[in-house]
Amino acid sequence: MATIQPIAENEQHPDVALVERVRAGDISAYDTLVRKYDRQVFRIAQHITQNREDAEDVVQDAFLKAYEKLDQFQGNSKFYTWLVRIAVNESLMRLRKRRTGKMVSIDEDVETEEGSVPRDLADWAPDPEQNYTQAELAEILRKTIQGLPQGFRVVFVLRDVEGLSTEETAETLGLSVPAVKSRLLRARLQLRERLTRYFRRKKGGEK
Amino acid sequence: MTCTEFLAQLDDLIDDVVTAKMRADLQEHLRGCEHCEVTLNTTRKTIEIYRSHEIYELPTGLRERLHKAIMERCKKGC
Repeated sequence: MATIQPIAENEQHPDVALVERVRAGDISAYDTLVRKYDRQVFRIAQHITQNREDAEDVVQDAFLKAYEKLDQFQGNSKFYTWLVRIAVNESLMRLRKRRTGKMVSIDEDVETEEGSVPRDLADWAPDPEQNYTQAELAEILRKTIQGLPQGFRVVFVLRDVEGLSTEETAETLGLSVPAVKSRLLRARLQLRERLTRYFRRKKGGEK
Repeated sequence: MTCTEFLAQLDDLIDDVVTAKMRADLQEHLRGCEHCEVTLNTTRKTIEIYRSHEIYELPTGLRERLHKAIMERCKKGC
């Protein structure tokens, strides 16, 4: 998945036309937007809430809210980025509810982790995924990313998995660009370190 | 260049936003540092593996429920 490039000024993103159609009362255009982005919104919600039911509710709430607030969508950011911001906020609200009102923010757990960059320097086997079934691999990837502090995980997911730019990630999370960069580096390095446990090259020529 | 200095540029190197001069310096460091080479390669692989595997699949039926909810909302006035 490539990083989404900024759109040239004279080039209109295809979503703009869809949004216009919805505003003009064409509900089927909204269905098109939903189908285009529901997977991403679900993944983001699941990464933040770590709970499937909550994530499903977030998808529904986020799309309904975006629909209701469509008039407020300015078009100076992309529809997708705007939608992701709504989904991130809805996800954090869900977490808050589940923890009975305890404050939940994107900064959680990050302070204590700042500055710690672990380095397990073992190299990986070539094509290490091939040593696992798809189901095992998915479980490894889920467990590994769930172990990251929330504030790192969300930055990694938005930036590296969902393809937002550094600036879009910063805007979506209400963070500065340097903060996003610093978290991204730590997230990438920590994930790499944790995956090394599963993917390291075995000694003695064994794969 | 030290390993710490290399690590500070790792993301920019991976995201391909370093200057030509910086890239040359980083490559020079890589030639003599196996640790940083491993870090670079396995970090790239980490990102690629998370991009290419869907670890949370859209639950079946969610699309239909979503469609229904939006239609319901729409009845109240689109």
